[in-house]
Amino acid sequence: MTERAPGDDTRAHDREDVSITAFSAGQPASAHGNPGSVAVPEEPIAPLSPALAMGSSELGEVPAADLIAYQAGVEPKARSQWAYARIRFFRHRLAVVSLIVLTLICLVAIFAKRVAPYGYDELDLFNITSPPTTTDKHLFGTDLLGRDYLSRVIFGLRTSLWVAFFVAFLSTAIGTTIGSLAGYYGGATDNLLMRFTDLILTLPGLAVLLTAATFFGNGDPLKVGLILALLLWTGIARIVRGVFLSLREKEYVEAAKASGAGDARIILRHMLPNALGPIIVNTTLIIAAAILIEAALSFLGFGIQPPNPSLGTLIDDGQGEGFEKWWLVTFPGLVIVTIALCINFIGDGLRDALDPTQRRVRA
Amino acid sequence: MPDPILSIRDLTVEFNTEDGIVQAVTDVSYDLMPGEVLGVVGESGSGKSVSMLSILGLSPQGRIPKGEAVYKGDDLLKMSQKQLRDIRGGDMAMIFQDPMTSLNPVLTVGNQIVEALLTHNEGMKDSEAEKRAIELLEVVGVPSAERRIDQYPHEFSGGMRQRAMIAMSIANNPSVLIADEPTTALDVTIQAQIVEVLKAAREETHAAIVLITHDLGLIAELADRVVVMYAGRVVELSDVFTIFNEPRHPYTVGLMNSLARLDADQEWLQPIPGQPPSMIAPPPGCAFHPRCTFSRGRVPCRTDVPELRQIGDSAPHKTRCHYAEELAEAQVVAGAAALEEGR
Repeated sequence: MTERAPGDDTRAHDREDVSITAFSAGQPASAHGNPGSVAVPEEPIAPLSPALAMGSSELGEVPAADLIAYQAGVEPKARSQWAYARIRFFRHRLAVVSLIVLTLICLVAIFAKRVAPYGYDELDLFNITSPPTTTDKHLFGTDLLGRDYLSRVIFGLRTSLWVAFFVAFLSTAIGTTIGSLAGYYGGATDNLLMRFTDLILTLPGLAVLLTAATFFGNGDPLKVGLILALLLWTGIARIVRGVFLSLREKEYVEAAKASGAGDARIILRHMLPNALGPIIVNTTLIIAAAILIEAALSFLGFGIQPPNPSLGTLIDDGQGEGFEKWWLVTFPGLVIVTIALCINFIGDGLRDALDPTQRRVRA
Repeated sequence: MPDPILSIRDLTVEFNTEDGIVQAVTDVSYDLMPGEVLGVVGESGSGKSVSMLSILGLSPQGRIPKGEAVYKGDDLLKMSQKQLRDIRGGDMAMIFQDPMTSLNPVLTVGNQIVEALLTHNEGMKDSEAEKRAIELLEVVGVPSAERRIDQYPHEFSGGMRQRAMIAMSIANNPSVLIADEPTTALDVTIQAQIVEVLKAAREETHAAIVLITHDLGLIAELADRVVVMYAGRVVELSDVFTIFNEPRHPYTVGLMNSLARLDADQEWLQPIPGQPPSMIAPPPGCAFHPRCTFSRGRVPCRTDVPELRQIGDSAPHKTRCHYAEELAEAQVVAGAAALEEGR
């Protein structure tokens, strides 16, 4: 063991922040004996035995209180609930893989203009309805008008994802607002808001969607998203209301009230963060639902209108062409399935990660 | 005598339940003097917490058909929500019973103290508030406060959490501090520490403390005056010495006798027989009479609610017993030793 490197200020500073946690994770501060360089923790090494730590002279700078804490092993690394949730999420392998796949898909959608080999409405009149090929320039083949199908799928993906995230965001916002107000205030407010929610729930979804899409939709992704969001928020509203009803009785909410916090502060700062778990999980599920519904809507011809591609429109285009032009239906279909699967797995992982009853011993 | 800082008059609190109206608090009156520690003693359900929570508007289900709670000249019960909010956590702060559940698990301890500060000090800078939060944690004896301020409640032990709660409650220099069973949820060893912290908090703020508890040891340790409550009514009220030396209500006597004491030669503890009364249909007359070993079923006990009246002529000492004089003659000396032990 060597002396602490002189002028090794960063480490000393680090110690202020992480204090003894570095030790408990098995990182003897300067025991790597690498003067002049900061020992970056890599893999946790076997913990330095307390006896050894006590004996080594370079620990002289550690504040006495910390040393005692270390000896007794009572100083766990400071972790927020979110840190625990993150750890639990990353243990869920399927969810992590799904997250990576979905991130890639999203990146492709975001950078569609650069990734796609052609524009979504570029015609290649020499190659009309050519099948997929790895040798030629149309990887996914072309459609009936000779448009590159890979590009169409990528742009369709962009539209669909955009609508899905828009719907998820908007319906979560509506649902959370209504649910939290109902749950927090209770009584007549609760009754009014929840009966309204019930009303929306009892509407025959598909019929309303089709009618609304015909009258207001006009194939505009924004309007389609708006219609979907206005129908999909009910689930979140009910869940948030339930969570708020139970949170309202928590003592820390009462304590916050007793310390003079107003309603808005209590709802936003004390209750909402505690309700985030179920909200996040349901938002992910809404994304999946929105993609599927938008696809169905567009397939029926009431959603996004051509020439704007969306995954649903693409399938619709291909549906009349039968088996010999299989690629027209298969590729957008596969993309839809992949996205929906990924999101559901991520939702699963999030639910496991955010549910405190799932919490294991400190990892 | 100085003016009381908080004066509760004829406070009555009712709850609507499925079985009927429960009168949790009936005609409760007492004064809180500036800087004093007022102990409020009683069994669970005797209305000791509800009376304090309801005057702060923290008991949403409770209705207050009558009474007033005058704080610095204004009736708390007539205040708007906005005015009450300014008082809660500002001039009047609360310490809750269970520190394990009274801190928000998703906010750091520092965050919660800073929030208490910012709620009541408009224009205070975040950095200032954080500095003050560290000071406060040091006042209540949380070691390495600068570091612990960024920790979450689950990283605090029970005693440390209660310290943090106390730091939060004294953040805005309250003039009234309501401690609702501050030690009940803690280990015995920690309780003693929290008593010291409460003393430190009192020194820091010079606040009058309402100490709600059923721990007579805590009362003996901290309180200047004591209010004994039974079935929603004040049954005895006096300074702490008088209460322990000369209890003049059979219920208070019963409380003293059910206490385990080191100095007395007790073979058995003497419990108060029977159960606390149902608050939906309280017994007629004196609510304590079915359990009273002293009443022996005499008529006035069963029919008339006794008045809260002054007894003796030395110290202000009020009791709600028809036969308080007889009780005095019975030479009850139960409390004396406990008091000596406590002080």
